[in-house]
Amino acid sequence: MFGIPLSAVSLPFFGSSAKAEALTPTVLSYEQVQELGRELDELRARTVAKLGDTDREYIYNIVKTQRGFEIAGRAMMYLPFLPPVWLAGVGALGVSKILDNMEIGHNVMHGQYDWMREPGFNSEVFEWDTVCPADQWKHSHNYMHHTFTNIVGKDRDIGYGILRMDEGQKWNPYYLGNPVYAFLLMTFFEWGVMLHDLESENIIQGKRKWHDVKPLLQGMWRKAGRQVLKDYVIFPALSGPFFVTTLVGNVGANLIRNLWTYSIIFCGHFPTGVQTFTEEETADESRGEWYVRQMLGSANIEGSPLFHIMSGNLSHQIEHHLFPDLPAHRYPELAPEVKVLCDKYGLPYNSGGFFKQIGSVWGKIFKLALPNSLTGSEPTVGVIVERKKVAA
Amino acid sequence: MTVQQKTRRPSSRSKFSLLSLFEAMATPHALDRYLELVDPMTTVRDLRGEVTAVHRSTADTVTLTIRPTHQWQGFEAGQFVQVGVVIDGVRHTRCYSPACSQYRDDGRIELTIKAHPEGLVSQYLHGNAYVGLVVSLSQADGTFHLPSPRPDRVLLISGGSGITPVLSMLRTLLDEGYSGALTFLHYAYTENDVSYRAELDAIAAENDNVRIVLAYTDQESGGDLHGFFGTEHLDAVAPWYSDAETYLCGPPGLMRGVKSVYADLGLSENLHLEEFAAPVAVVAEDAAGDVTFSDSDVVASNSGRTLLEQAEDAGLTPAYGCRMGICFTCTSVKTSGCTTNVKTGEKDSEPHKKIQLCVTVPVGDVSIEI
Ligand code: FES
Repeated sequence: MFGIPLSAVSLPFFGSSAKAEALTPTVLSYEQVQELGRELDELRARTVAKLGDTDREYIYNIVKTQRGFEIAGRAMMYLPFLPPVWLAGVGALGVSKILDNMEIGHNVMHGQYDWMREPGFNSEVFEWDTVCPADQWKHSHNYMHHTFTNIVGKDRDIGYGILRMDEGQKWNPYYLGNPVYAFLLMTFFEWGVMLHDLESENIIQGKRKWHDVKPLLQGMWRKAGRQVLKDYVIFPALSGPFFVTTLVGNVGANLIRNLWTYSIIFCGHFPTGVQTFTEEETADESRGEWYVRQMLGSANIEGSPLFHIMSGNLSHQIEHHLFPDLPAHRYPELAPEVKVLCDKYGLPYNSGGFFKQIGSVWGKIFKLALPNSLTGSEPTVGVIVERKKVAA
Repeated sequence: MTVQQKTRRPSSRSKFSLLSLFEAMATPHALDRYLELVDPMTTVRDLRGEVTAVHRSTADTVTLTIRPTHQWQGFEAGQFVQVGVVIDGVRHTRCYSPACSQYRDDGRIELTIKAHPEGLVSQYLHGNAYVGLVVSLSQADGTFHLPSPRPDRVLLISGGSGITPVLSMLRTLLDEGYSGALTFLHYAYTENDVSYRAELDAIAAENDNVRIVLAYTDQESGGDLHGFFGTEHLDAVAPWYSDAETYLCGPPGLMRGVKSVYADLGLSENLHLEEFAAPVAVVAEDAAGDVTFSDSDVVASNSGRTLLEQAEDAGLTPAYGCRMGICFTCTSVKTSGCTTNVKTGEKDSEPHKKIQLCVTVPVGDVSIEI
């Protein structure tokens, strides 16, 4: 039996810290965890049984909407002498790219629509409108991040190899630039996502060899080349005398998408109250324990139905991490049931408005620029999971 | 000078470069992903077909005429196409052989589909196909077709809905003005189960070199022959069979019967057949049967573990990521057999289906493309 701390920081407490002892942690027995796992499996099965025409119509409607925004946006950019129209065009193209990346790309590439057996919606062949090649993203995201969610040292989404997002990451003077790196990552987010699977810090440390990296670079060159050609050469060229305004507009649309996707994604795992884990804590996890880790390691954002669509339903990050391959538009209907289970087992259900969540993310980015000794840690109520080693 | 250059450039090339410009503009999505939202029959790359006629010839068969999009490259009589339709949100694909001549002038294809009691797609098409329905199509495929030059004597044998590829051969040969000896031997339960009866009668009346023989297995009067296939049927309808090429398509019983007769006669070389995949029975959930890893030519007896583990136990190294059904890295095509998804408990006996190896356990004989 040992504890998984629930705090903004990963301070492993085993009942030894005086501060931690003052709080009453939730204790989940081995049997409770297994039972919770079973209940979540059932919830999943009930949802899978419902999949059909409505889900198909939903995703086709989203695609239609996205295509509409894309075409309208590109068309409106032909009228740069009417500034409001041009601006609306940039906005519409930005919206189109957000929908393409989040509610369509991210979710399709999770295999959420593979059951339709429709070539245009198949996770193996789908490509999205961003510079990161789909196959590399599926490795770094679907595999690394979703399997090892919030395990410090394994989940490379903790700080993307650039930022210090957890107290468990050792501080060094490089991290004084944490807010600057975060700002740059936000601005150039699609490029950051592209470089993610390279594990550049491992290349610098000599842990990755050229033959590991070469195919990745070739894939990036191909994919990013096409994206750049389309947005920064072909469409501007097609607008003739308006080359520059179209170019600027396309940069703007990509930037809108970058700021938004970065913010939504950082709200999913880094606000206050989200837990991180160590490799030892999570060795030989059972399915129930895996579920618990997903719930404690994710955070939701509250908002309107439109907000959820624009965030690819990653505003339901908890549900997404429990059931990454269920069509995301089902998460809102799953959320109340997940919350009931959390209440039943005394687990936290981390949810808050956009400004609250993003505020606490930036707070953490600034705070963790400094060593722990300067800022102090604030452990809060933890969840203790009783673990029995699975007999070999 | 510019004008000259323009006239010199072949038009197909300029069409091509315009297409590649549009494709670059649509990147990373295919142009068809845009066009299909406007009209599913306007496609650049994808092959589709529109149903232009629906005809229900017997109580349980439906004949569809399909106009393919411009990518269609035609077929050889006897080959099959994959037809995909959406049922409850899921696109299901099945193979059907066109029944028309490969020379049909309007370029359309005719499919006759028998509604099998458990056949999801055939039931759906029988009940729901309508003029205007757009289906997805594959190019024609399969090695079951006539050789060229054509043989001097041809015997076509079919049973039930297996009539379609051999009828296509018959119609194609007639369109070619074939003058050799040609016998068409078709088995059905009763005369009411014969699709294309009127057409077959007309063919027999118009062509002296063609013999149409209808054999009924459940009806003792009428028709030409009764009972199951045997050498006596062969002697009666095509005494020259040992000098002929025989093309056979039908239900498993008929296939077995003809194959063993030809083997006994030492004529297996002359027999060409199209095998229908037999429907797989869902057997009790225990570790029985064999797992075939078809791409690597490995067969192992089913140990009851997941397909990923069984493949690894057999020394193979399929790609995997999470090993818990999340990442889809391990997705592979199950060509035949029944499997259970350990996450959902769902059984699946559909052929040619993508499954996740790490959360799938075989039930009985299963074949996987690894
Ligand atoms: S290995 Fe990840 S789904 Fe099978």
